[in-house]
Amino acid sequence: MADRPLKVLIAKPGLDGHDRGAKVLARGLRDEGFEVVYTGLRQTPEMVVAAALQEDVDVIGLSILSGAHMTLLPRVCALLREQGLDDVLVVAGGIIPDDDVMALGATGIARVFGPGTTIAEVADFLRANARRADRA
Amino acid sequence: MSDPATAARAGDRRALARLLTAVENRTPAAEAALRVLYPYAGRAHLVGITGAPGTGKSTLVAALIEEVRRGGRSVAVVAVDPTSPITGGAILGDRVRMQARATDPDVFIRSMASRGHAGGLAAASVTAAAVLDAVGFEVVFLETVGTGQSEVEVAAAADTTVVVEAPEMGDEIQAIKAGLLEVADLVVVNKGDRPGAQRAAAQLRAMLSAGVAPARPGRPAPKRPEVLITTATTGEGVAELLAATERHRARQLADGDDRTRLARAEAELMAALEHRLRARLRDPRRLAAGEAALRAIADHVLDPYTAADRLLATLAPE
Repeated sequence: MADRPLKVLIAKPGLDGHDRGAKVLARGLRDEGFEVVYTGLRQTPEMVVAAALQEDVDVIGLSILSGAHMTLLPRVCALLREQGLDDVLVVAGGIIPDDDVMALGATGIARVFGPGTTIAEVADFLRANARRADRA
Repeated sequence: MSDPATAARAGDRRALARLLTAVENRTPAAEAALRVLYPYAGRAHLVGITGAPGTGKSTLVAALIEEVRRGGRSVAVVAVDPTSPITGGAILGDRVRMQARATDPDVFIRSMASRGHAGGLAAASVTAAAVLDAVGFEVVFLETVGTGQSEVEVAAAADTTVVVEAPEMGDEIQAIKAGLLEVADLVVVNKGDRPGAQRAAAQLRAMLSAGVAPARPGRPAPKRPEVLITTATTGEGVAELLAATERHRARQLADGDDRTRLARAEAELMAALEHRLRARLRDPRRLAAGEAALRAIADHVLDPYTAADRLLATLAPE
C-alpha cells in the first residue's frame, strides 16, 4: 500500500483569533492528496498531542500567529517525545521571526514555513520527510 | 513490546491507534490482530449517527460523549468524512467539534476518510468499531459522512441507528420517501432552538407513523422510530436522546433480536469476501486473464456475467 495518503494534523495551539491560514493550508493539502485532520482554534499542547496520538498521523503542522511560539511549540515537541511519538514530523507556520527559527529547530520543529510559502512547497517537503505510518 | 492486539487490550492507546491504521490499510498485521481481538468484541453498544451534511452530527456526537462520560462509561468514536474522488485527499473535520474531551483517557476519537467506499462509511469502519469494542470501550459512535437519501450502510453496522435532521429540511413527502428515514431506530431534529424545529418534529412523527401496517408474516415490519428534539450546542435534549438509544438497545436484547447482529455479520463477511476476491484477481498469474476480460467486455465481445463466470472458474482453491 505504498500510495496510501499521508495523514496530517493541522493544529492551532494557543490563543490566535482566526484560522484563515490554517484552513487554506488544510484545503490545499487536501488537493495535494493528503488526509488532513483539522482540530480548530485554541488548542493546548496536550490536546494537539492527544489528537496526533489517536489519529496516528504522519505529520503535525502547527500554525501560530500570536507570538507564543517559543513557549507552545517546544512544549508540543516535548509532549510528543514523552508519548513516544518522536517519529512524527513536526512543522510550523505563521509569524515566526528568523531568530527563533533556529532555536525551534533544536527543539524538534523540522521546518518553519513563513508568509509567502506555497502549498506545493509544503506538500513536497512533507512527502520527502514524513515517515510512512504503515510500518506494522 | 508485546503484540499490538494485547498491548491495545491492556490500554496502550498508541498501540490501539497504530492498529487502527493497520486496519484502515488492511495489512496482514491487522488481520492477525483481528483474529486475537474478535472474540472480545460484541459487548459495546454501537450507535450509528447519520444524516445530511450540516445537520450537526459531529456536534451532537460531542454532546453525547459528554453525556456518556457523565454516566461514567468509556466511549469511542469513528468519524468518517469523504475522500476526494479527484485527488484522493480528504479534510477530516469532525474532530473540531469534539475537542472538549480530547485529553480524557476514557474517550478515543478516530477520524477516517471514506477512501472511495460508497454507503456513508469507510471500508474499514466496521472493523475499526469492532477493535474499539474489543479493547473495552463501552459505547462506540459511528458517525457517517454527510449522507443523502440512500446511504444506509450504517444501519447494518450499528445496533442503534440515529438519523439526524435539522429544521427546514423538507416536508411530509420527504418523510415518507424510502431510504434513510426507513432505517432509523431514532430520528432527531437537531438545532432545536431554530424556528420550525417543533413543527418539523411534529411532521416527522405524523408521517413516520401514518399508514404503518401491522406486522404480517413474511413482511419486514416497518420501524416506528421515536422522534426527539435536541440542541447539540447547548446539550438540550441530549440526555433524553442517550436514554432513548439505551432503551432501544435494551429492547433489542430483551427481544432476543438477532437481526442486527446477523446483518452486521453479513456486511462484515461480504466485505471480507470482496477484499479476498479482489486480492486474488490482482494476483500476477491472473492479471492477464483479468485484462483480457476487461478488453472483451469493453469491445462487447463478451457480456460481463459470462466474463465473471470464466474468471471465477479460474479461482481454484488455494
